[in-house]
Amino acid sequence: MPTIRVPTPLRTYTEGEKEVQVHGKNVGEVIENFIERYPELRPHLLNGDGELRAFVNLFLNEENVRDLGGLETVLQEDDRLMLVPSVAGG
Amino acid sequence: MYPNLSHSEILRYSRHLLIPEVGLEGQRKLKAASVLVIGTGGLGSPVAMYLAAAGVGRIGLVDYDVVDFSNLQRQVIHGTSALGTQKVESARQRVLDINPDITVDVYNEPFTSENAMRIAEDYDILVDGTDNFPTRYLVNDVSVLLGKANVYGSIFRFEGQVSVFDARRGPCYRCLFPEPPPPGLVPSCAEGGVLGVLPGTVGTLQATEALKLLLGIGEPLIGRLMLYNALDMSFEYVKLRKNPKCKVCGSEPEVTELIDYEAFCGVPGHDHEEGEVGGGWDITASELAERLHKDGKHIRLIDVREPHELQISRLEGASLIPLGQFAARMSELDSADEIVLFCKSGTRSARALELLASAGFRKMKNLKGGINAWAREVDPSLPIY
Repeated sequence: MPTIRVPTPLRTYTEGEKEVQVHGKNVGEVIENFIERYPELRPHLLNGDGELRAFVNLFLNEENVRDLGGLETVLQEDDRLMLVPSVAGG
Repeated sequence: MYPNLSHSEILRYSRHLLIPEVGLEGQRKLKAASVLVIGTGGLGSPVAMYLAAAGVGRIGLVDYDVVDFSNLQRQVIHGTSALGTQKVESARQRVLDINPDITVDVYNEPFTSENAMRIAEDYDILVDGTDNFPTRYLVNDVSVLLGKANVYGSIFRFEGQVSVFDARRGPCYRCLFPEPPPPGLVPSCAEGGVLGVLPGTVGTLQATEALKLLLGIGEPLIGRLMLYNALDMSFEYVKLRKNPKCKVCGSEPEVTELIDYEAFCGVPGHDHEEGEVGGGWDITASELAERLHKDGKHIRLIDVREPHELQISRLEGASLIPLGQFAARMSELDSADEIVLFCKSGTRSARALELLASAGFRKMKNLKGGINAWAREVDPSLPIY
């Protein structure tokens, strides 16, 4: 199962979990299943059209999925997705 | 050509001169160089101090704030004796104590669309040590429009991000984050907290990148974002690519001059907590105390803070529904009740109030200024945090 790495600001919504394994053949399926498990995440990840929001980046290994196939990007069982949010603290 | 070093400067920078990658030539480059540090808080503290110690000839410091007691846990450029004084003045004194041979320019004003180009154009590179989204987009756009590198660092709780955005050679901040999050969705350090040493690590990395850029050595973080997690003690890297459709550095840019960044982000250009909703939805601590005294049993007090914050201060009779669970647990509330929402200072409870309003609730108030205002106005036995 692919793994999603959850950044600190979003762990409030994943019961503190920092890595979550989620079923899915592609990025879109994994994100949908991830949100199904933690519904409060939806506004943080997807817009009304079901697309990744502009202030959230999802990296597959080192590459931004926007530079790959977006939500259609096919995933392998041991792939690791990293969520990179906007944070502004300084 | 680059300025010469005096004998005392040669002794001061001796450990740099011994490194072949720096050497006398590199040290003279640093003496000729200038860096603008925007923000003299958690990130700006180590940035300014290390760049000064390293002999960067001219350092500009921008901040409009004064030193507050709650800054001292991480903003190590400021000492307890500087409480209440201008941050830029406090920082200037510390930096000139470290190295009196350099020049320090201070700008005791907010960095805004009106003054940013004028201030920034005189510096070789910009270092982003700001604490809010509007100023981060402003720093980015200034660096793109002026053709300068923007050494970026950002922090939250235990995590930091570092990169070098230089649109001449790679992506900019907007390529990675085309739009800011909507107001209230991402907590600031003032609401969510930050490990005090975190900006020390991240700011020191920014200072390292700035020095490498000035010296022209090594591999800068252009086109790479470094992600640091202090709890895991992990450093990870992801690749950043230039977005050809980027609104400021793309091939057909829409942003060709500075815009209204507060309007763009929908929030003010500072991370101070607002603490109120406005439009008649707020109740002051004194008003709440009076209402509770008169007909307390009809008021439902809801604390939307995190459970660990109850150990700092609590209000008698309040129920806890942390903001992160609020949407899911709204069914525990009755729209016929009079509900008063509160948090530390009124920002998170304002967001909870919006959630209630969108669910059709009408009889609710936000405790303006939060439990901290209650501690100030009603019950001084509670601490303020």
